[in-house]
Amino acid sequence: MLKQIEGSRAMAEAIGLCRPEVICAYPITPQTHIVEGLGEMARTGEIKNCEFINVESEFAALSVAIGASAAGARAYTATASQGLLYMAEAVYNASGLGLPIVMTLGNRAIGAPINIWNDHSDAMAVCDSGWMQLFAETNQEAADLHIQAFRLAEELSMPVMVCVDGFILTHAVEQVDIPEQADVDAYLPSYEPVQVLDPKDPISIGAMVGPDAFTEVRYLQHYKQTLALRLIPEYAADFKSRFGRDSGGLLRSYRADDAELIVVAMGSVNGTIKDTIDEMRADGLSVGLVTLVSFRPFPTEALREKLVRARNVVVIEKSLAVGMGGPLANNVDLALRNVAGAPQVHSVIAGLGGRPITRTSLHRVLRRALVQPWEGSHFLDLNEEIVAKELHYVRKVRRSGPTAENLLRRLGQAADEAAVKTAV
Amino acid sequence: MNEQTTTLDATQKLHFYQKGTFTVGNRLVSDERRAVQASTDRSNALTCGHRACQGCGEALGARYAMDAAMRATGGNVIAVNATGCLEVFTTPYPETSWQTPWLHSLFGNAAAVATGVAAAMRVKGRSEVRAIAQGGDGGTTDIGFGCLSGMFERNDDVLYICYDNEGYMNTGVQRSSATPPGARTATTPAMGPEPGNVFGTGKSVPKIAVAHGIPYVATATVADLHDLERKVMRAMGIHGARYLQIHVPCPLGWGSASHDTIRLARLAVECGLFPLFEAEHGVVTSSQKIRRRVPVDDYLKPQRRFAHLFSTEEGRERIGRLQGLADRNIAEYHLLEAEGDA
Repeated sequence: MLKQIEGSRAMAEAIGLCRPEVICAYPITPQTHIVEGLGEMARTGEIKNCEFINVESEFAALSVAIGASAAGARAYTATASQGLLYMAEAVYNASGLGLPIVMTLGNRAIGAPINIWNDHSDAMAVCDSGWMQLFAETNQEAADLHIQAFRLAEELSMPVMVCVDGFILTHAVEQVDIPEQADVDAYLPSYEPVQVLDPKDPISIGAMVGPDAFTEVRYLQHYKQTLALRLIPEYAADFKSRFGRDSGGLLRSYRADDAELIVVAMGSVNGTIKDTIDEMRADGLSVGLVTLVSFRPFPTEALREKLVRARNVVVIEKSLAVGMGGPLANNVDLALRNVAGAPQVHSVIAGLGGRPITRTSLHRVLRRALVQPWEGSHFLDLNEEIVAKELHYVRKVRRSGPTAENLLRRLGQAADEAAVKTAV
Repeated sequence: MNEQTTTLDATQKLHFYQKGTFTVGNRLVSDERRAVQASTDRSNALTCGHRACQGCGEALGARYAMDAAMRATGGNVIAVNATGCLEVFTTPYPETSWQTPWLHSLFGNAAAVATGVAAAMRVKGRSEVRAIAQGGDGGTTDIGFGCLSGMFERNDDVLYICYDNEGYMNTGVQRSSATPPGARTATTPAMGPEPGNVFGTGKSVPKIAVAHGIPYVATATVADLHDLERKVMRAMGIHGARYLQIHVPCPLGWGSASHDTIRLARLAVECGLFPLFEAEHGVVTSSQKIRRRVPVDDYLKPQRRFAHLFSTEEGRERIGRLQGLADRNIAEYHLLEAEGDA
């Protein structure tokens, strides 16, 4: 059913159609509207047979989901940013125990400095925790991915994180086709746990494992994610046959088959990139796009297949591994490792802490990549002037004070000066 | 030698040796003389073969608490365990001593995980299956405190059992918020001007539990297993959040003889440092009277963690302060008949 609907509400309705049995809620911007929607639906009976639990922290939210999942219930929670870090220990625990929990991550920057706006730092912080991570490009895909995520999680008995850009997706009102209950029921079988706490057949879960078996337990986690490389496209194809639209899969490409330069990106920024590519193509420039949906498992082979014929690859990502560069670019490098004549990979760090990624800036950086590619990471729209001033000041004054506040003051001064000029 | 003596001798020589749920201990003894351990009806949630230290109070407390919970529910119990001694010594992979469904997740989340188990049972229409969370004092009064308070406040249908051995014993005897003042631990050495643990304000989690107004709070000791079992049975007869703190001496951490575990547990009660009481919905309803009051010296002396207090004038003064804490408990919980009746 087509609805003009906020992204969070669309996701809540899609999650509700998956018949979650235990939902744990703790507020954190920008995912809060999702659990608010679910709470309302559980109250009104729109979601039947569901325990909606308001907990006291994100750590408790995922812990309650762990208990519920181990006891055989379909469990869901949502978080973002600081909340994800606060539950980080439980994030690893859920995947280590092999519990098929689905969690929405409303992607948001991590402080300090505190920042509520969108980037992918939170997802990257736990990308190696054993959870599968699927990134939505649109609100339609955000809704659809949740339905696929429960099926994927439960088939492999491994948790799945559905990553949706905070505000850009969670708070945007768009047209979304909300599936019918009967269709979701046909697509998503009821949860049959591979391990369950039951007094009729008592088992112990969570024993201490020493060097004798720890490697094997970890290997099997890794192996399950390699199985997901096959299941994710399979479930996306089945989804398309039932619901009639492309959602999910490992990756998608756009005008990339013959492209000399291919952009790689994840999440909602792909829309802007496609528009930019259309404009560049109109100017006769050979540019294409590969949109990664699955970051974990990382589709190394599928990505290599898409990129190998290009001359240059530009990875545009909303994350920064401080001291290293772009984590996504690093992963893309991996896909091209040991490939003879592989394209050069160039990293663009963009949109940190919610800075808009504009077509103008994309044009500038992609045109530069065609003529003058760079080494290392390029920070899109970096305000080099205030950075230079701050560095100069720090060299001069030992007790230079807090960096973030210094930069804000400089921005304020610049704004004042501009205002004075305008007035004169 | 008459027949009765022979039987008793046979009893003395027998080990209560058990495998699975089939009890083979003291089977040569006549039915009426058999210990409760020999009953084939015994649920035996925690079997032999675990790796607790000799004289471990926690192993004893856990076994009696879980068995009582099993009896109270007809075996319909799911146990959640915080990281700690109990978790480690019962489940060295690939072995387990648990005869009940058992889940270990993390150090600080046992209460929340148990909330999830209880929610799953409700939603599955199996509310006869009850959730029990267990942890040591570190996992309860320190790192698990947030989740514990959250579970209390929501009044989730969970019995939380804290096995209080007054320190982080699994990691090598460090101080917790349940470590008594003056006690020597690896992080509060008996050195310097303030040897041993600080005299802080203390942190009574049973009292904090009472302040949440939850349906049932009790303290118990391995020195009185019948009382412990009765409190577990009582707790399992109630729905909602319940809290039981069991005082479990730790020979390793306390520097006491392993054969003194029960004696120390009893002395802790009799000197007043560990008051036994029950509370319902925020009101203390009963306390167990001290039958033979002893000075705290009697309890502290057999423990090497307090040895430094006995060698100096300042130490004697600190023992006096500990006696003050015991006296305060005795007055607050009316632990002496005369005061209670007055």
